[in-house]
Amino acid sequence: MGKTRTTSAEGRERQRLPARRFRTTSPAALRADSVDGGSLLAPLLGLTDRAFSDCPDLADGAMEKMSRVTTALGGSVLTGRTMHCHLDAPANAISVCRDAAQVVVAGRSIFKIYAIEEEQFVEKLNLRVGRKPSLNLSCADVVWHQMDENLLATAATNGVVVTWNLGRPSRNKQDQLFTEHKRTVNKVCFHPTEAHVLLSGSQDGFMKCFDLRRKDSVSTFSGEATEAGPWEWAMAGWVPVLPVLSCHILRLHHSFAHGPTQDAESTANGSRESWGCPLYPLGLCSGPQAGQSESVRDVQFSIRDYFTFASTFENGNVQLWDIRRPDRCERMFTAHNGPVFCCDWHPEDRGWLATGGRDKMVKVWDVTTHRAKEMHCVQTIASVARVKWRPECRHHLATCSMMVDHNIYVWDVRRPFVPAAMFEEHRDVTTGIAWRHPHDPSFLLSGSKDSSLCQHLFRDASQPVERANPEGLCYGLFGDLAFAAKESLVAAESGRKPYAGDRRHPIFFKRKLDPAEPFAGLASSALSVFETEPGGGGMRWFVDTAERYALAGRPLAELCDHNAKVARELGRNQVAQTWTMLRIIYCSPGLVPTANLNHSVGKGGSCGLPLMNSFNLKDMAPGLGSETRLDRSKGDARSDTVLLDSSATLITNEDNEETEGSDVPADYLLGDVEGEEDELYLLDPEHAHPEDPECVLPQEAFPLRHEIVDTPPGPEHLQDKADSPHVSGSEADVASLAPVDSSFSLLSVSHALYDSRLPPDFFGVLVRDMLHFYAEQGDVQMAVSVLIVLGERVRKDIDEQTQEHWYTSYIDLLQRFRLWNVSNEVVKLSTSRAVSCLNQASTTLHVNCSHCKRPMSSRGWVCDRCHRCASMCAVCHHVVKGLFVWCQGCSHGGHLQHIMKWLEGSSHCPAGCGHLCEYS
Amino acid sequence: MAEGENEVRWDGLCSRDSATRETALENIRQTILRKTEYLRSVKETPHRPSDGLSNTESSDGLNKLLAHLLMLSKRCPFKDVREKSEFILKSIQELGIRIPRPLGQGPSRFIPEKEILQVGSEDAQMHALFADSFAALGRLDNITLVMVFHPQYLESFLKTQHYLLQMDGPLPLHYRHYIGIMAAARHQCSYLVNLHVNDFLHVGGDPKWLNGLENAPQKLQNLGELNKVLAHRPWLITKEHIEGLLKAEEHSWSLAELVHAVVLLTHYHSLASFTFGCGISPEIHCDGGHTFRPPSVSNYCICDITNGNHSVDEMPVNSAENVSVSDSFFEVEALMEKMRQLQECRDEEEASQEEMASRFEIEKRESMFVFSSDDEEVTPARAVSRHFEDTSYGYKDFSRHGMHVPTFRVQDYCWEDHGYSLVNRLYPDVGQLIDEKFHIAYNLTYNTMAMHKDVDTSMLRRAIWNYIHCMFGIRYDDYDYGEINQLLDRSFKVYIKTIVCTPEKVTKRMYDSFWRQFKHSEKVHVNLLLIEARMQAELLYALRAITRYMT
Repeated sequence: MGKTRTTSAEGRERQRLPARRFRTTSPAALRADSVDGGSLLAPLLGLTDRAFSDCPDLADGAMEKMSRVTTALGGSVLTGRTMHCHLDAPANAISVCRDAAQVVVAGRSIFKIYAIEEEQFVEKLNLRVGRKPSLNLSCADVVWHQMDENLLATAATNGVVVTWNLGRPSRNKQDQLFTEHKRTVNKVCFHPTEAHVLLSGSQDGFMKCFDLRRKDSVSTFSGEATEAGPWEWAMAGWVPVLPVLSCHILRLHHSFAHGPTQDAESTANGSRESWGCPLYPLGLCSGPQAGQSESVRDVQFSIRDYFTFASTFENGNVQLWDIRRPDRCERMFTAHNGPVFCCDWHPEDRGWLATGGRDKMVKVWDVTTHRAKEMHCVQTIASVARVKWRPECRHHLATCSMMVDHNIYVWDVRRPFVPAAMFEEHRDVTTGIAWRHPHDPSFLLSGSKDSSLCQHLFRDASQPVERANPEGLCYGLFGDLAFAAKESLVAAESGRKPYAGDRRHPIFFKRKLDPAEPFAGLASSALSVFETEPGGGGMRWFVDTAERYALAGRPLAELCDHNAKVARELGRNQVAQTWTMLRIIYCSPGLVPTANLNHSVGKGGSCGLPLMNSFNLKDMAPGLGSETRLDRSKGDARSDTVLLDSSATLITNEDNEETEGSDVPADYLLGDVEGEEDELYLLDPEHAHPEDPECVLPQEAFPLRHEIVDTPPGPEHLQDKADSPHVSGSEADVASLAPVDSSFSLLSVSHALYDSRLPPDFFGVLVRDMLHFYAEQGDVQMAVSVLIVLGERVRKDIDEQTQEHWYTSYIDLLQRFRLWNVSNEVVKLSTSRAVSCLNQASTTLHVNCSHCKRPMSSRGWVCDRCHRCASMCAVCHHVVKGLFVWCQGCSHGGHLQHIMKWLEGSSHCPAGCGHLCEYS
Repeated sequence: MAEGENEVRWDGLCSRDSATRETALENIRQTILRKTEYLRSVKETPHRPSDGLSNTESSDGLNKLLAHLLMLSKRCPFKDVREKSEFILKSIQELGIRIPRPLGQGPSRFIPEKEILQVGSEDAQMHALFADSFAALGRLDNITLVMVFHPQYLESFLKTQHYLLQMDGPLPLHYRHYIGIMAAARHQCSYLVNLHVNDFLHVGGDPKWLNGLENAPQKLQNLGELNKVLAHRPWLITKEHIEGLLKAEEHSWSLAELVHAVVLLTHYHSLASFTFGCGISPEIHCDGGHTFRPPSVSNYCICDITNGNHSVDEMPVNSAENVSVSDSFFEVEALMEKMRQLQECRDEEEASQEEMASRFEIEKRESMFVFSSDDEEVTPARAVSRHFEDTSYGYKDFSRHGMHVPTFRVQDYCWEDHGYSLVNRLYPDVGQLIDEKFHIAYNLTYNTMAMHKDVDTSMLRRAIWNYIHCMFGIRYDDYDYGEINQLLDRSFKVYIKTIVCTPEKVTKRMYDSFWRQFKHSEKVHVNLLLIEARMQAELLYALRAITRYMT
């Protein structure tokens, strides 16, 4: 494995290891080494005389050493495999030694160092010595110094901060004990480059900075401190706050309080900050004694800015501090809703801070700008306990959760919906994660509550992307269709079937690709949108039908007639016919106006006709059109056709018999089998092959009538078509009856004709099948409408769940079309309990004040902010609680009735504003 | 007389629109008058024996109406309704019908009525709270009237309760009230049981279920065990309990339902603690809240008898207070001095680890013995006890009976990090609401102590909170349990222990004997801390079991 080192300039910048491996004589390295060794010279050198400008050198020194270590491990390339080992107790945190060969695991009852070997973890050292378990050893957090491999620090649940020196000869490696925090310490953090600086954040709301050469804390930062001026310290020289005290304190030779003196004048960012004077005298800077400071959940030193650290709080805030100014934070912003559990500075991008919170979000902030700017936001499925940037991958970060979810995810922040990688080894929540080496992106270590320590290899990660279906398909409200798929897939397909004369209008959106994007192949997709024919009517029919249908309140016969009429007017003859038949079935047959039926005699031939009109057909050359259709039908509808063939024949026979026997004419002679077939393949593909781009054209089975005339039809239909307009012209509505495409409804009628005394129950099964048929065809509107109109007569034949399903789909559709009134009516008329309680739950009415736009917070009709009534009627000066009508010109209004009345007599605004209102 | 005509609809009164209320009241008035007329006509024609039964029935019905009206005249936040109801009652009285009068002394038996806010004299914020509460429930209960000492908390409390009982949630409405009844019945809290029996019937619950848990669906019966353990010995909850509920074939609970039920159970357990802890009187319109008898007869209600304190007690207690007034003055001073000392010398005397650990154990053990005398008192048989299957199951101290239960460490499973996430995941928004409520209760302070101002009470509040958690075996690593001993004296510990563990045994004497110089509002404040700490402790155990089940 081992990523091959890049030789680009950028790569070398980060990975100097090979290049400088032998520069041991470099003075910088020497100096760094001496500091690393904990030499007492360090204070003399003064931490501070290597500020920004020196940092790279310092880092070099560290690198140098590290490179030696890695060489010792067998080349500068890390090796290993995915492996895990069992710990004796749940882990709370882990931290890696900078040599990438050791890891420390800490928990309530475990504190051990493991060596990471090729094939396994080997326990190297148990730091829990002594017989009596002490709460000082119950660790909430652990951190290994990144400069000094002998130095560790732990945060104990009882509020103690402990440092450990592995260089001690005795068995007990405990070095120092700081008992300054009153509550649990949640986090400890070493300064990335300073050897002796340790920061802790505690539940008591304080952060303390320790100098390991002293017995107590150097400074205390209080979470409730107010924010300093915006980014002051980054600007050129500020004036010391306490000049009088400062000279007296100068005598305390404390490196931090003093800060850099001379060398600092030429710091990297070129500011002329004079750090000669400490901001606050020691001892005076302990924070406020009590008060409600929020608990600190995480503290992190910035990797790039020497003096900056970030802290996160239980109330959702993030604060940025300058380590020299304990009196107030530099800036504060609210990052999350609820506690912010963790944060991490980007190792390379200065000022990028990732935070994770209980609100299940990971956010990436750019804090270099005047206001902290949210750059990215990743939504996870559980609260985020830890977040760690992935080395060498600018946009990657790893997260783990505190509850419920046990996996570790690696996200590409630019792709916030699918994790780039996922590690699923743990059986309980993961509590600590760490990248093994700061420049190697492929090894991740993790500790968990399930008492195990894992090394994960990136190449073994499962990639959810691969399991995701990269195709998406969605219908728009008005019949438009959007289809997204992998670019390669689409390209291949369009190459295979170039339809030039096609009526579809695909609009292609193509994402601009970032060549650096690691997922370039996976993440790019093409989106095509197919629009409906502008003149094709779209879903107009649906809206009209929904609005005009009568569902209740009148006798059944009238309802059926009304609905049949509506359907006919909208050119949906098949539906109209169904309504008529329902009427015949359920109302006494003697009432059927024979005239109606008479007109349909002899028009059997035209049956398939309305359905023949598809968009393809219209403008395509007839030959091509039918060819395509046949193509499709062969695959899809063959079996169905066969099945239907037989049944159709059967029916036809029956029909014929009937026509002879009875004087009531059989109105629908079924068309030939071909007609049946036609209709089938025009409808079926919608259901069967939605992903096939040529079949997904919006096909309306009921185009407007006049289009039929324009269409050059197939030869055998030509004649029929010529007929139909005549008839429809001469006879009011009953133009051509739609083909009864379902055998059942045909049958039912024929039965009715056999014996008009048959009880309607007899048809239950048939009507049920008819409803199912409509629903399956996608016309759930019809199914629900019939269900409501027939009520008890059919309800028992259809199982509850199906009914509920129909209702909910229809209501959903209605609501998408914003037909709120209709949908509410349907809800009201439904008998299914689950549906009818839809409008009883969650009907909260939120009212905003019309003046101040604030929510009225349920205090009646008076806004408690501006103390005015919500919406007064300009006529009667009472609050309007129902329909409110207002003039768009002068914005005065009132009760609908009052305004109407007023404007009958006057043309001026009733409010007296002089506006000439119009009511139309 | 048609049944429908007799139906009185009260919901119109909850409207914020005065006109709607007016009409609703008018309807009520007419119904009542009709009933009265009917009763009188029956009375005047006594030779109709067949009507005998319906006669008593309808007079019962009328009495119920009158009691409700009495409640409205006292407790409705809307002035017009109060006045009109009173007027109706008067006019009925003039017709020669006996009208009820309220029993007891205001919302609480422990707190003199004059200390408690009178309905009608509240400020705008409180009025809004009252109106909200009334609109949601159709009543203003005594709990609300007592809690209004702390309006900030009350708002959060009402919001949470409203969400739990009436808003979207996995459980059907009547289940929620039934669970409330089950939970309150564990502590024999007849006050809450009565309230929720009414609500349960109102939302269409089956009256048969009220005859005992065995008449309820199997699913609810399964919950009985959890209810029992949760109420008395939450540390015994294991993931097997959870599994038993979730995997019971057709009677199984879903996780979301279970979390809803657990939240309801804990809410009502702790609310029962509050009810007893503040001596909440029965609602005026419920049994025991009113009487039709003239005022001369006995003057105490049933609960007083069973609790062994009569309102007659009031005098001697008061005098006792007067005697020891100087004594108790020093009490406050001493407490404040101790707090100061603790604050200052905290850093100096650093207790060793073993010392700290043993302090917790000592405190835990001692909390077992702070019980006042009558430990094995026989629980009075009452109508509500039909909901128990196992009255013998009560609070038992964990260590006393030889069972070793591992200490629950907050640092390993706490509400903020773990409990919240779990609740919010399974029952959205509720986590947020409860979290808010905990925060308000824990952080509520006016920086006063008795007659002193500008006192930082955080140490005292933390001691109370942690003491309660200590009784449940929950330990904070970062807390020195020695502080508890310093700050909480014995009588206070007895009170806390009784309220949290066996609230039904609280007496007025206990209430009076701790913190004698403190105001009633401060004692209510303590109660709020108690119930929230108790609720959190129960929730922690239950949620930890659920988490363990899930992993």
